[in-house]
Amino acid sequence: MNRSIVNRRHRIDLFVTILSTVMTGAVLFTLGAILVTLVWNGLPAIKPSLFLESTPPPGSKGGLANAIFGSLVMTLLGILIATPIGIFAGTFLAEYARDSWLAKTVRFINDILLSAPSIIIGLFVYSIVVVGMGHFSGWAGVVALAIIAIPIIVRTTEDMLLLVPDALREAGAALGTPRWMVITRISYRAAFQGLLTGVLLAVARVSGETAPLLFTALNNQFWNANLNAPMANLPVVIFQFAMSPYEDWRQLAWGGALLITMTVLALNIAARYSVNQRARS
Amino acid sequence: MINDTSPAVAKIPVSNQKDGPLPPEKIVIRNLNFYYGSFQALKGINISIHNRRVTAFIGPSGCGKSTLLRSMNRIFEMYPGQRANGEILVDGKNILNQRDITELRAKVGMVFQKPTPFPMSIYENVAFGIRLYEKLSRSDLDARVHWALSQAALWDEVKGKLNQPGTSLSGGQQQRLCVARAIAVKPDILLMDEPASALDPISTAKIEELIDELSQDYCIVIVTHNMQQAARVADFTAFMFMGDLVEYGTSEQIFTNPVHERTNDYVTGRFG
Repeated sequence: MNRSIVNRRHRIDLFVTILSTVMTGAVLFTLGAILVTLVWNGLPAIKPSLFLESTPPPGSKGGLANAIFGSLVMTLLGILIATPIGIFAGTFLAEYARDSWLAKTVRFINDILLSAPSIIIGLFVYSIVVVGMGHFSGWAGVVALAIIAIPIIVRTTEDMLLLVPDALREAGAALGTPRWMVITRISYRAAFQGLLTGVLLAVARVSGETAPLLFTALNNQFWNANLNAPMANLPVVIFQFAMSPYEDWRQLAWGGALLITMTVLALNIAARYSVNQRARS
Repeated sequence: MINDTSPAVAKIPVSNQKDGPLPPEKIVIRNLNFYYGSFQALKGINISIHNRRVTAFIGPSGCGKSTLLRSMNRIFEMYPGQRANGEILVDGKNILNQRDITELRAKVGMVFQKPTPFPMSIYENVAFGIRLYEKLSRSDLDARVHWALSQAALWDEVKGKLNQPGTSLSGGQQQRLCVARAIAVKPDILLMDEPASALDPISTAKIEELIDELSQDYCIVIVTHNMQQAARVADFTAFMFMGDLVEYGTSEQIFTNPVHERTNDYVTGRFG
């Protein structure tokens, strides 16, 4: 064997290994720096009043209770709307339509929707719902978040159902099982963890969305449980408070940012965990 | 080829070695053609298959043996572009234009190449099919599950863990679970598409014993790549080639004294 070729390959191998390690380190460092900064600045804001009091005027005491409530309600309702639509559409693509032209078209449009900038979706809902109603509202925010969540759920549902082997569907059909029962009793059951993961990922994604809420739910300085009125929410409050000149507002913004990040992190870890569970079974 | 010379349905010429007279014909196939889109996979198949016997289909890959099996319970209809014409008479009734496919599949069970336990417990796997057709009390259902698992020679291995997932069993056990699931609905016919090809030799031997046992009560049709297996388990063997049924007879005759040269070449291992 030619010694020089082997040596050359070893040098390239070493070079690529070092390069990949350094780049991985750079990514991890960035992520770590964000988290550390967030915790460092946000942790002092995490106290009972953050969850109990509404957003204050500058210079007085307060918390983020109204924004946390608004975010929870709008995210929950948005996901409640998006989940059945997304699951059924994904089922249509994976179980019924497969390679038909209709499925290909739906899949293509869904992919576009999946990567559409969320501000576009905000503007869309603004022009339909907000202009239609004549004012900003929590419902408009719900619609915007649902539209963002739907393509994510469609995509993961389709992918997860396609992982269910056709042999399983055949075995079900060979027993005389009607098609809808093959889907609900066998495919859904086999793909359950994956479907759940899709929904969790959608929650994680929409709970941090700011732009679409800016155009729809806007914000509300006061406690409000009426979805027909503008509604406070964490992302927009963070956006507003973080840019303000008031130290106490900025402090609350840090607290809100930490809260969202931790929630999204927890959801992602839960989703990852449930996928691992699925792989093991 | 057999269809060129005789349009009559291929019949078993001599009585077989098994005890008692030859049971009546269970499945009669007349002039069956099958298409994958524009490709014709079966060309005018004529054959009659007897009740309470094991009939094996052998032949090289792509000869149409699995396709023929998949026509007998119309499972191919799950996929667009696949169609069959001709007649498949089960107890004298043409199943190809039978309206109620559920009724057909209750009568014709199927076991696949790879074990396909449903994502549920061992008990639920067997109870699944029963629940489709019958409303049994809990104790009757328990008894039927017990019966099916015993028939599939699996009861002793799983009786203590009926609530564990079906996927927790070994490959051979999973395949016997699938057999139990198929016979739990009390079919007349059992179709087996290479039921042992994904299994180790010991599990294969168990499946073959099981087929032998079950053939006393069921009409069993098996597709296999493994000629020794066909010789071991089947009373009758049909050799297929390129969508044609070349030769059909008792396994003894096919493997020791084939009439057609192609059959001879195949069973002696000269091709395939």
